[in-house]
Amino acid sequence: MEPTLIPALVTMGGLGALFAGGLAFADRKLRVEEDPRIGDVLSQLPGANCGGCGLAGCQDFAVKVVGGEKAVTGCPVGGPDVAAEIARILGVEAGESVRLVARVLCRGTAGEHAAVKAGYVGPSSCAAKALVAGGEKACLHGCLGGGDCVDACQFDAIVLNENGLPEVIDELCTGCGACVTACPRDIIELHPEDRQLFVFCRNRDDPRTARKICAVACIGCGICAKKSDGAITMVENLAVIDYTRLDPSIIPVDRCSTKAIGFLHPAAPVADESAGQAASASAAG
Amino acid sequence: MDLLLIFIGAAVVNNFVLSYFLGICPFIGVSGRLSSAVSMGMATTFVLVMTAMVTWVLQAYVLGPLRLEYLQTVAFILVVASLVQFVEMVIRKTSPPLYRALGIFLPLITTNCAILGLALFIQLRGYGFVQSVVFGLGAGVGFTLALCLMAGIREELDLADVPGPLRGAGITLLVAGTMALAFMGFAGMI
Repeated sequence: MEPTLIPALVTMGGLGALFAGGLAFADRKLRVEEDPRIGDVLSQLPGANCGGCGLAGCQDFAVKVVGGEKAVTGCPVGGPDVAAEIARILGVEAGESVRLVARVLCRGTAGEHAAVKAGYVGPSSCAAKALVAGGEKACLHGCLGGGDCVDACQFDAIVLNENGLPEVIDELCTGCGACVTACPRDIIELHPEDRQLFVFCRNRDDPRTARKICAVACIGCGICAKKSDGAITMVENLAVIDYTRLDPSIIPVDRCSTKAIGFLHPAAPVADESAGQAASASAAG
Repeated sequence: MDLLLIFIGAAVVNNFVLSYFLGICPFIGVSGRLSSAVSMGMATTFVLVMTAMVTWVLQAYVLGPLRLEYLQTVAFILVVASLVQFVEMVIRKTSPPLYRALGIFLPLITTNCAILGLALFIQLRGYGFVQSVVFGLGAGVGFTLALCLMAGIREELDLADVPGPLRGAGITLLVAGTMALAFMGFAGMI
């Protein structure tokens, strides 16, 4: 061994050992007694540190829950099971927590329904596509198909289907909202799992343009709003559903000329059928 | 007089953030609110002063005599990382409210290049022990000053009508550049 190496190794090793020893000693002397319930709560959490609760991670959430600053139902990923466990640890009532899942509100398959204005060659990312004149579709409100939501999902709960549209796998979706944030077009929203009626379009163009660029766009005709008893309002040529007032049975979904408004699972709500298959089936029919 | 010059030089004339562009990450990241900017400035100042002391001793009594100057960077990083860990423990034990207020900023100081920059500057300029401590204190005050100025401006900017593409990081960098230009007015005074 090079003789000059020896003092270097000894010095660095010595320094490292010195600091390590010092820190270990300090850790013992300065140990802070944590509320043991924090550890218990933390062990119940999913541990994905996804930030779905709005905090910096699961540890932060555990501290805030034990401190009473956050509700026991605050973890959207864990859902009711975790909320019940946390409530048991803390000795409080969990209450009801509705499971939220992501819903993709665009059914415009490029080329089939949605007009394509240009070819796009480049990085397959929605953010990049949005920068280059808004992607290949003529619609500036629809899905870009770049899969940013797929990348954002830590639970593999969202995939691009054969139509190039994202498909949410309900069983895997934890409602953390990462895909909602990732989508530059804001077409993904979190909704209660059992909610069925949606407007599958975010296009706000005037009726003529909307009809021209996409066969499944909401063209803003307002026919659903007229018969909805106030539950649907037209905002910027787009039907917006007020779910607190909604009575799905009176909404004339069959009258929608583009089928932009409709049920997630068109025939009978079948829980184990994946959302995307139903979505593409309904879009085609 | 000499110490005063070092202090003012580090705090204003050769401000670490706005003249040397060291520690830009927290300068952009933690300057959203004035209160957190002050806390971050305090914590960084403390670590800067501690680092100045420990690295000076390390250089004078270990690295210097053994002719291991080439290990400065590695050894100093070790010192900074250990110090930050230690400071975190002490603050956690002595003042839980301060610990909560600083949150993630505290461990972030480890990777603040202003700290390592300070340690290397001290060796480069051959400062003595007292001079090093004053230099560290000046650098910390300068860092806090820059952070607080930036936070004050950004709090006002929240209310301003900024053009869409410049919102957020864009306008912040523009402001930072303008502030750096303003601080260049001090250049050559010392």
